[in-house]
Amino acid sequence: MIPHLISTRDLSREQAIALLDISADMAESGARENKKLPALRGKTIVNLFYEDSTRTRISFEVAEKRLSADVINFSAKGSSVAKGESFKDTIVTLREMGVDGVVIRHPSSGAPHLLAERDWIDVPVINAGDGTHEHPTQALLDAYTLRAKRWGDSARSKGLDGLRVVIVGDILHSRVARSNIWLLHTLGATVTVVAPPTLLPPGLSEWPVSVSYDLDAVLAQPCDAVMMLRVQSERMRAAYFPNAHEYSAGWGLTLERFHRLSPDVMILHPGPMNRGFEISSAAADATQSLVLDQVANGVFVRMAVLYSVLTGTEVMS
Amino acid sequence: MTSNIVMQSADVTRAITRIAHEILESNRGSSNLVLLGIPTRGVTLARRIAAAIASIDGVHVPLGSLDVTMYRDDLQKQPLREPAPTNVPVDIEHATVVLVDDVLYSGRTVRAALDALTDLGRPDVVRLAVLVDRGHRELPIRADYVGKNLPSSSGERVNVSLSETDGVDSVDIEREAP
Amino acid sequence: MSSSVLISGATIADGTSSDILVVDGLIAKVGKVSDKTDRVIDATGLLALPGLIDLHTHLREPGFEQSETVLTGSQAAAKGGFTTVFPMANTSPVADNASVVELEQSRGIEAGYVQVQPIGAVTAGLLGTHLADLRGMADSRARVRVFSDDGKCVHDPLVMRRALEYVLAFDGVIAQHAQEPRLTEQAQMNEGEIASRLGLAGWPAIAEETIIARDVLIAESVGAALHVCHLSTAGSVDIVRWAKARGIRVTAEVTPHHLLLTEDLAVSYDARYKVNPPLRRQEDVLAVRAGLADGTIDIVATDHAPHPSEDKECEWDVAAFGMVGLESALSIVQQTMVESGQLSWADVVRVMSSMPARIGRLPWSGLAAGAPASITLVDPTARSVFSVDHLAGKSQNSPYFGRELPGRVVHTMFNGYLTVENGQLVDAETVASAARLRVAAGLVRGLNEERHDG
Ligand SMILES: [Zn+2]
Repeated sequence: MIPHLISTRDLSREQAIALLDISADMAESGARENKKLPALRGKTIVNLFYEDSTRTRISFEVAEKRLSADVINFSAKGSSVAKGESFKDTIVTLREMGVDGVVIRHPSSGAPHLLAERDWIDVPVINAGDGTHEHPTQALLDAYTLRAKRWGDSARSKGLDGLRVVIVGDILHSRVARSNIWLLHTLGATVTVVAPPTLLPPGLSEWPVSVSYDLDAVLAQPCDAVMMLRVQSERMRAAYFPNAHEYSAGWGLTLERFHRLSPDVMILHPGPMNRGFEISSAAADATQSLVLDQVANGVFVRMAVLYSVLTGTEVMS
Repeated sequence: MTSNIVMQSADVTRAITRIAHEILESNRGSSNLVLLGIPTRGVTLARRIAAAIASIDGVHVPLGSLDVTMYRDDLQKQPLREPAPTNVPVDIEHATVVLVDDVLYSGRTVRAALDALTDLGRPDVVRLAVLVDRGHRELPIRADYVGKNLPSSSGERVNVSLSETDGVDSVDIEREAP
Repeated sequence: MSSSVLISGATIADGTSSDILVVDGLIAKVGKVSDKTDRVIDATGLLALPGLIDLHTHLREPGFEQSETVLTGSQAAAKGGFTTVFPMANTSPVADNASVVELEQSRGIEAGYVQVQPIGAVTAGLLGTHLADLRGMADSRARVRVFSDDGKCVHDPLVMRRALEYVLAFDGVIAQHAQEPRLTEQAQMNEGEIASRLGLAGWPAIAEETIIARDVLIAESVGAALHVCHLSTAGSVDIVRWAKARGIRVTAEVTPHHLLLTEDLAVSYDARYKVNPPLRRQEDVLAVRAGLADGTIDIVATDHAPHPSEDKECEWDVAAFGMVGLESALSIVQQTMVESGQLSWADVVRVMSSMPARIGRLPWSGLAAGAPASITLVDPTARSVFSVDHLAGKSQNSPYFGRELPGRVVHTMFNGYLTVENGQLVDAETVASAARLRVAAGLVRGLNEERHDG
């Protein structure tokens, strides 16, 4: 179906829905006593993490092991990267060791793209987050979570048509936001992004989103889901906003804003959360918060992606 | 390409009824029986067999579907297969499971189904019912209940159509025109 | 011993056909020549251009010889039809004193492919705080007149003002790499939708334009000569146009790659397209072409920036900025400016030879009797797919591989001897010994000559 997963822009609606449907099948097997499936038996997958992310790495590792793959974890710390080995040399080394698939997390935007496009290695590549570019499996798990919550048992083969999703926070630096914007649009949802003007990327008007600086005005309109993005406090030093208090007052899902929210609005956050900054604990822990569903669904979606890129002979149609 | 119809609608219905009778006979009734269809047409056939059993015996035997995609040994050799749902409504521990599929050919699907079943539990007995057995086995597997034995060459295609999915009940053989 | 060469039947940039007689390294006659010569070069169908001059080259020696040396960079220049290059000062050690610029110049004379006319640093160590030995370099044997911290911007307005004032003493010019450093922290490519989509930090046009705007005002107030390196945005063209209309002494250059390539190439994350200033939008490409056509932009300069493959075969944000450009420059100018009808070949002579010489304070008399015989013979009808075979330098970070480009430098003559013959580089030994003969004849000032103030 797809040779690699680098960007959600590369997914057609049919492919995206198929991935969500396969995720649902994976979720079904995850409910069994014996959770393991033999689909990737004999396959060696390397989790190539140039950036610390215990959550994402463990989610991929669980997904790989549920599919019976052999897993190698490679982290930049304590590896030859610390001794200055080039990206290319590392990849060529992995090729010679005979890995069957690469899951890569990298601080440089485009690193997974290079891996997929260059002749350094010829195996499927899954982007587990690159720089400020994309994080496609996060967007897929968000879409899966929204779809499952919205449609329940009749979710299969459906998109997210008509869903109104509000994404709030540091859009400029967020790979989660980028992957979500493309995928939500592909699946038929309408997306509104809300942030201070300094944290909105230039050229945003060309993207399939509405833009607002006023979170209260946006939340006063009907919506189905609010996705809060993590805001790194370093951004303050680069003059993106004056201080945490002012950010939180303007763009955080504070207790007051949460109380004004309709109880059927779904709340998402890719984690890890800065409680009290971009999201209040009341909102994070509310019954309408899907934060823990997101974590659980992450495994199923990653199983679906691994299965889809690592099996089958067909090239992307 | 020429196509030859080898089973008409009435033949299909007769075969299903006969299989239902044979299952009840060899199982000495419907107790402990679970019918698991292999998607997609195996599930339809299992539903029909269950209906036939109900009309003979008055009992609704548990009915489910067993997807075998993840257990196939040809995942690397075929275009990507999208899995189908597995839905097993009862505990299969100590049950008599009858796997149902439309065509028995190489036996590899049944091999995968046996693996999938093993991951779900340990039935006392597993049987296999198919509408058509076309031969050319690659594994030591045979069916217990067969609607029709249909010797065919490997260059031919056997197509099973069922009204629920294909609008009509029939089985035909397609072969390349000479 | 006298030697003579006849270039017969060449087409001059004005379109007329002519023979060119070269005797002892100088042009002896342009017109109908019937003299018997030692050698005849049949130039039928070839354009004879005065040797091309590049005001913005990185030769990397001393310090970065794994990327390029004076010899290999000179060879790349000759292959591209150049007979003079101005190497930038960002070497190691930095060319901020007489000994480094003299070393570069003598390496150039030794190699003998082109005249190497060093550019000196504006500030010591390119650190932007204290002026370099500007007078020392001006008075050195290299007679430096162009000063630049290229690679870095002289961003402190006080230092920029002092530098512009100071070089008035010896008719120098400050060539500014216009890049506001705070506005380009971590910047990777042109700011805009594509950068946003790719997750690469944006490099806004204003980072270039604010510096140019500031500098033309400073230049005006002190009456000094400012040269703007590699101008890349439509806004920059407007500012320079405004400044010239006001009578400010400003000149500007554009690179071949900014005449042709656009930011969308970055979608490949192929770092061969990573350059400083970054590739811009199509609107900017059209604006710099128009600026070059109407004279707002004075010259084309290559910003030839060689890098070893390991600095380009890597993650985009880790990769080095820059592309090689000497070997492809004339073809790109032909494609973008001549074939589009915006420049004539006579204009090409202006933007790639006479004006660069004037800005660089070098004497220039073109294809006139008595001038040094530095002549580029080009077949403008040739077309070829650009490949690594077209390159003659040490590095291969060209963005043009696989593109069909027009024009071919058939012969390059420097001071009367060929450095490129039938499209092939003449070997280093032959060129070096021809160069030694010219030094012995006094046509080129030699390596061991006493320093004197010219
Ligand atoms: Zn520069």
